[in-house]
Amino acid sequence: MKSAAARRRWAIVAVAVVVLIVSLVIRSAYYQLVLTQVLLWAVLSLAWNILSGYSGYFSFGHAAFWGLGAYTVTLGMINLDLTPWLGIPLAAIVGGLAGAVIGYPTFRLRGHYFALAMLAYPLAMLYVFQWLGYQELSLPMKRDAPLLYMQFADQRAYVVLALGLLVVALAVSLRVENSRFGMALLAIKQNEPAAEAAGIDTWRWKMRAIMLSGALAGMAGGLYAVVLLVVTPESVFGMLVSAQPLILALFGGVGSLWGPVIGAVVLVPLAEGLNGELGDVLPGIQGVVYGVAIILIILGAPEGVYWRLRDRFAKPRAAPLIAAEPVPAVTRSDARPTNRGDLLALRGIGISFGGLRALDNVDLVVREGSLHGVIGPNGAGKTTLFNVVNGFLAPDAGEIRFGGDQLTGLRPNQVCRRGIGRTFQVVRAFPRMTVLENVVVGAFVGAHDDRAAEQMARAALDRVGLADRAAALAGGLTTRELRLMELARALAPLPRLVLLDETFAGLGHDDLGGILDVIRRVREEGVTVLIIEHTMQAMVRLVDEFSVLDHGKLIAAGRPDEIVRDRRVIEAYLGRRWMDRVTDAVA
Amino acid sequence: MDLPPFLLEFLQALAAGVMVGGAYALMCIGLGIIFGSMRVINFAQGDFLMLGMYVAFYLTTGYGILAFLGPYAGPIIAAFLAGPVVFAVGWLVHRFIVSRVTGLGAAASEGAGAYGQIIVTLGLSLILQNGGLIVLGSTPTGIRTPLSRSSWEIGPILLNQARVVSFLVAVALVVAVYLFLGRTRTGKGLRAAADNSTAAIYMGIDVDRAHRIAWSLGVGITAIAGGLLASSQSFQPYVGFDFVIVMYAGVVLGGLGSILGAFWGGLLIGIVQQMSTLVLPYQLQNTAIFVVFLLIIFLRPQGLFGQLSERT
Repeated sequence: MKSAAARRRWAIVAVAVVVLIVSLVIRSAYYQLVLTQVLLWAVLSLAWNILSGYSGYFSFGHAAFWGLGAYTVTLGMINLDLTPWLGIPLAAIVGGLAGAVIGYPTFRLRGHYFALAMLAYPLAMLYVFQWLGYQELSLPMKRDAPLLYMQFADQRAYVVLALGLLVVALAVSLRVENSRFGMALLAIKQNEPAAEAAGIDTWRWKMRAIMLSGALAGMAGGLYAVVLLVVTPESVFGMLVSAQPLILALFGGVGSLWGPVIGAVVLVPLAEGLNGELGDVLPGIQGVVYGVAIILIILGAPEGVYWRLRDRFAKPRAAPLIAAEPVPAVTRSDARPTNRGDLLALRGIGISFGGLRALDNVDLVVREGSLHGVIGPNGAGKTTLFNVVNGFLAPDAGEIRFGGDQLTGLRPNQVCRRGIGRTFQVVRAFPRMTVLENVVVGAFVGAHDDRAAEQMARAALDRVGLADRAAALAGGLTTRELRLMELARALAPLPRLVLLDETFAGLGHDDLGGILDVIRRVREEGVTVLIIEHTMQAMVRLVDEFSVLDHGKLIAAGRPDEIVRDRRVIEAYLGRRWMDRVTDAVA
Repeated sequence: MDLPPFLLEFLQALAAGVMVGGAYALMCIGLGIIFGSMRVINFAQGDFLMLGMYVAFYLTTGYGILAFLGPYAGPIIAAFLAGPVVFAVGWLVHRFIVSRVTGLGAAASEGAGAYGQIIVTLGLSLILQNGGLIVLGSTPTGIRTPLSRSSWEIGPILLNQARVVSFLVAVALVVAVYLFLGRTRTGKGLRAAADNSTAAIYMGIDVDRAHRIAWSLGVGITAIAGGLLASSQSFQPYVGFDFVIVMYAGVVLGGLGSILGAFWGGLLIGIVQQMSTLVLPYQLQNTAIFVVFLLIIFLRPQGLFGQLSERT
């Protein structure tokens, strides 16, 4: 990872040098203007990519940040005589704040709703700025102090400034990609509930991403105003501005460092050139070219130029991210002997969905160090119970205590931080990450730095016996391996309690034994296990204690041998035929 | 009859809102059919509406094909004919472009994988808008009929005759669409494909074909709404853009996937737009729509008629 990052840093330097040489070679002021625009649109596209490319929250409204930046610089100069040297940093602050103000309500939305809401912001701003009377603002000429006000006679100066901004944007993107910031965003993109349950504070990372993105976009918009000298609401808040970063990034490759740059280098000169040559005859040619380009790219190479090229030419990434080092044994230092009292206690938990009482006055106690099973027929409320414990759902009644802490009202990532890991009935993997990366995401909660997180992740993979698959992509695993990987992800931050949701679902008989052993070993290492299951036989052999749910009510609790003889349980769930078979198995 | 001035203004704005809301309701139903059945955000919907306007315009004025129908029936028939024309365009666009990025897999995933379709419709929108600029020119134009210049008086309230006619026609069409979706075999197939495409396939419904019908029908209906509006307002190739938010606001307000909801949503948006002129400056008319749109998304994302399904 280190050497790759260093290589890409040098690549950024190389690109900067090439741009400088090009700007020296081309003499025409017009081409230099085009070059400046390429760089600025690349910055906007990179800014968009930080939010939308990495986190998957598609923004159709980055013109909001760009336009606010442009107007900040312009209005600052007109009204306060503020030099762009200060105006552009100010635009970054305005863009970042706008990101916070927009992100705060809008991140409650997902998918299409988020995209649609983002579309509305710049368009609303467009009308507001028109109404405010800022139809067409020109930056005042400052002939006495051109340098102070960024008014250069030589167009190349703007190229250098825009290049500076591009280098900043690339460096920021690189830093994001190579840190837990980027990892968190990627995890959010691939499976947000899993990321949240793995202890990632998805809300905070998304807010950071949109603020950073808004700040970069604001700066680019500010410099754009300085370069073009005229600002109109349509030219900075318009639909084409919002569409541009998306188109460039999609063309070049979403979620990659170089994708937005490739898109800008290819498409901006093409559109500008056509506009310059044919704009008088065919006034909309720029838009038509963009339209055709993105349709072709989506139909032909939907992943974008960068990923297409990389898949073709780069060697497949077979080696682990870091040369394998001896893994120090990481286990919980405060691992305790079994039977030390109550670890998790639910009192009077109730929750309704519409008219359905999914959980009704449920009391449940899990002793520290025990292996506790929750059984019940379909629809009994088992998964709902887990969702309440881990914070996906807020109960309408009752309280949850964990150790001494009150869990009720905490968000999933906060629950995870307090030492509760979970797996899901339908495995929620991050399919485009490697097994190791999947587990690293889970380890972040318990680790001080990224290096420690990786060590903990490797240790967790060792614990479940999946170390040899560390470098494989999660998308290609078998069901057994996926289950183990998810277990490792839950175990990586060394939780005190893990919630296992139907871990045996979809497994054959041979795979079952191996997983049972892993779960037993985990318990022996001092982790308390709460497990939901259908497979009665396996459970009777595995757990110390049962709780039985039926129609949202806890109908019985106790040792397995008691439970299988309990009349209520047999009637509600097992049926008479089961009783004989299970008692045989126990005996 | 003497009414206080503010009440008069209020009633006048309300009436104007309802009249324009009829056409909005119709275009919202067009979008609602597409969004409801394919889960595709169609950015180009407004541009298909623009196409409808121009088709109606050229049928009545440009080449005068329908001139023989006279200034009253001509524009209305032309608006109707815009439907099949744009339906055919939509059919081709879906067949060769849209169908390649939509369908089963895309309908199932609301996440990162579903964006190919949005991008494609964004591209279509850019092509239609700017291609329209090249072919049709940027001069605003409109269908002028005797109706658009005269109004009926109901008490103290003036109703533009072109708008009244377009309102009535729109409502009649809404009823027709509603019956089509509810009663006919094709309509039921569309609704099944919308509800659960996978299950619909098992039931022997050709989902790809259902989507194609939904898409073409959706853009066709919206085009008729455009054709109706063409005789009461001026337009240029970029006009579709003003209506995209109107349509999404209406559809989301009514509740995604609900045809009845789309109708009421569109009507309400028309009323909000016209009423906002009472308190806001004219330029901020559309801002009021954005505000309503954002409020719905935040406060009641399932809309007035939609249902929220929770899955964990």
